[in-house]
Amino acid sequence: MNIVVLVKQVPDSGAERNLRSDDSTVDRGSASNVINEMDEYAIEEALRIREAHGGEVTVLSMGPAGAAESIRKALSMGPDGAVHVVDDALHGSCAVATSKVLAAALRTLSPDLVLCGAESTDGRVQVVPHMLAERLGVAALTGARKLTVDGGTLTVERQTEEGYEVVTAPAPAVVSVWDTINEPRYPSFKGIMAAKKKPLRTLALADLGIPADEVGLAGATSAVVEHSQRPPRSGGQKITDGGDGGVRLVEFLAAEKFV
Amino acid sequence: MPRRRTSPLDLIDVDRLLTEEERAVRDVVRQVIDDRVRPYVAEWYEEAFLPVRELAPVFGGLGLLGMHLTGYGCAGASAVAYGLACMELEAGDSGVRSLVSVQGSLAMYAIWRFGGEEQKQRWLPRMAAGAAIGCFGLTEPDHGSDPASMKTRARRDGADWILDGSKMWITNAPVADVAVIWARLEDGLGGFVVPMDAPGVSVRTIGHKLSLRASPTGEIGLDGVRLPASARLPGAEGLKAALSCLTEARQGIAWGAIGAARECLDTTITYACTRDQFGKPIAQFQLTQAKLADMAVELQKAFLLAVHLGRAGDAGTLRPEQVSVGKLNNVREALAIARECRTIMGANGISGDYPVMRHAANLESVLTYEGTSEIHQLIIGQRLTGLNAFA
Ligand SMILES: Cc1cc2nc3c(=O)[nH]c(=O)nc-3n(C[C@H](O)[C@H](O)[C@H](O)COP(=O)(O)OP(=O)(O)OC[C@H]3O[C@@H](n4cnc5c(N)ncnc54)[C@H](O)[C@@H]3O)c2cc1C
Repeated sequence: MNIVVLVKQVPDSGAERNLRSDDSTVDRGSASNVINEMDEYAIEEALRIREAHGGEVTVLSMGPAGAAESIRKALSMGPDGAVHVVDDALHGSCAVATSKVLAAALRTLSPDLVLCGAESTDGRVQVVPHMLAERLGVAALTGARKLTVDGGTLTVERQTEEGYEVVTAPAPAVVSVWDTINEPRYPSFKGIMAAKKKPLRTLALADLGIPADEVGLAGATSAVVEHSQRPPRSGGQKITDGGDGGVRLVEFLAAEKFV
Repeated sequence: MPRRRTSPLDLIDVDRLLTEEERAVRDVVRQVIDDRVRPYVAEWYEEAFLPVRELAPVFGGLGLLGMHLTGYGCAGASAVAYGLACMELEAGDSGVRSLVSVQGSLAMYAIWRFGGEEQKQRWLPRMAAGAAIGCFGLTEPDHGSDPASMKTRARRDGADWILDGSKMWITNAPVADVAVIWARLEDGLGGFVVPMDAPGVSVRTIGHKLSLRASPTGEIGLDGVRLPASARLPGAEGLKAALSCLTEARQGIAWGAIGAARECLDTTITYACTRDQFGKPIAQFQLTQAKLADMAVELQKAFLLAVHLGRAGDAGTLRPEQVSVGKLNNVREALAIARECRTIMGANGISGDYPVMRHAANLESVLTYEGTSEIHQLIIGQRLTGLNAFA
């Protein structure tokens, strides 16, 4: 099976993250950048499918030049090669434009299966997998907590708030995964050393036949007009139990939609 | 002023000295320690326990065990990558780093460097995978810094060897499958690969340790242990062979100590920034900042020394007395940092809820094993003066 895994480099969600003061895009320069956590689960799932059924795993990433380090890291887990779509004009691309670029790159790779994380920790819009499937004209099996490959049939357990749904579709399809699907392996040292020698191909917008003004800040379908720092954490609310403590706790949780 | 904090090793951006691959190795080991060691190690330490059989296969899966060796399932990584791995392991606990040092640099290295092909095939792949655990017996109850006068003997009986004696303070011995044992022959010293289940081999766990508690240490008794001729390491001639294994391990220790010190300093800076006395964070007192600054400066220097020696190791130019410079300085400074951090932490400095006292106590062992500070001073002194002051 020819599998492509989408990998995005994001600012480390554990560190301080900022938007840029000039154009309100995510500051990818100062923060320490890592592979989007959910994508590691997608890589792991792809590797397991390759181990069981054979085939090839290719990493596809769209991002600035610095994303190459995360791509190498992804390769150190075991994929066979990678494609990096990198072009200055892509800076500030919205989800719609991103899906256009990724779909064009995917067409050149003609995968049997596209695997990706259900969301990225920077944008968190969760729409790219659906948009990709739409553009490629294939099924979108999103939010998977389990994936089974049986010949050309894909079956996923799709995680929902109440439980899960079982959905099947013929390959090719786009499958997005949650972190409940597996436990990603650590890259081995041999994998790290081998990653250096694996093919990493770069593609520019021109290679994909996409005009620069259809992507990036220029082609964005939405814009961040302004942004401000999150207010410092306030002291919170103390509930003193005067007999009705339990009720007031539940009221608070209900009001904040926790229950 | 904005409260912007820099991690102690970011101060002079030492990362720039590392390749992307070296940083990747470091990051993976840091992750594994975060996942598998940090949450549990305080408890292990208190219980004087290390889950060697659980950790070894995980470490083996990464390629950590014998990572700087080639072939036989070993990763073939650089000396610098090995050092960075040791640094991250020891940031977790010196006992965890000791497990890996003894396995890779002492037991596996001895077999890899001095062993015959059959010995290598028999032991190295399983040791690299973490399925078999090794230990290294040089020290004896009455012979520590002066191993040349060891009493353990190997005598011939037909084609076989018979080993008699005892080895003391042997890391991993209580859990080991195999030991590399150094013994006196008719003419000089030799090394032997001894399966721990061979008749006549006994192990007593050394209890009451107040340092390196999360590391099994034992005394090995050798009572007429009969071994086939093939048990002897064919390439290990004299004390020099045993010392060359120590030279390997000491490189990792020079790196490891930095990790322990970094962990202490990281913990202490966070603590000092949030602990208020006299109406402000104790980190805001000049006396505290002077301590923090001096410690951070020593930490950078130790790192630079380790990188320098690591690069020399990879270039094949590293000399044993240079390794002594690294082991002496980095362990001594790490211990000084751990102790100073403890003062800043106040009463919490002695608590097992923070890693500082544990590291400080561990580093007392690290200061002593693999050549005491004094022995390294003598090695360096001999190089400087041409005069031997050992005896
Ligand atoms: C936790 C732990 C784990 C260990 N693991 C191992 C292991 O796996 N394998 C192994 O073989 N050994 C191991 N050791 C033993 C360690 O290597 C020895 O303890 C060390 O070599 C020192 O020997 P000693 O304890 O007998 O001290 P001694 O040699 O008796 O030294 C005592 C003091 O005298 C000083 N001294 C000795 N000779 C001189 C001299 N000529 N000039 C000036 N000062 C001198 C020393 O520096 C030291 O300060 C371990 C030790 C510890 C504590």
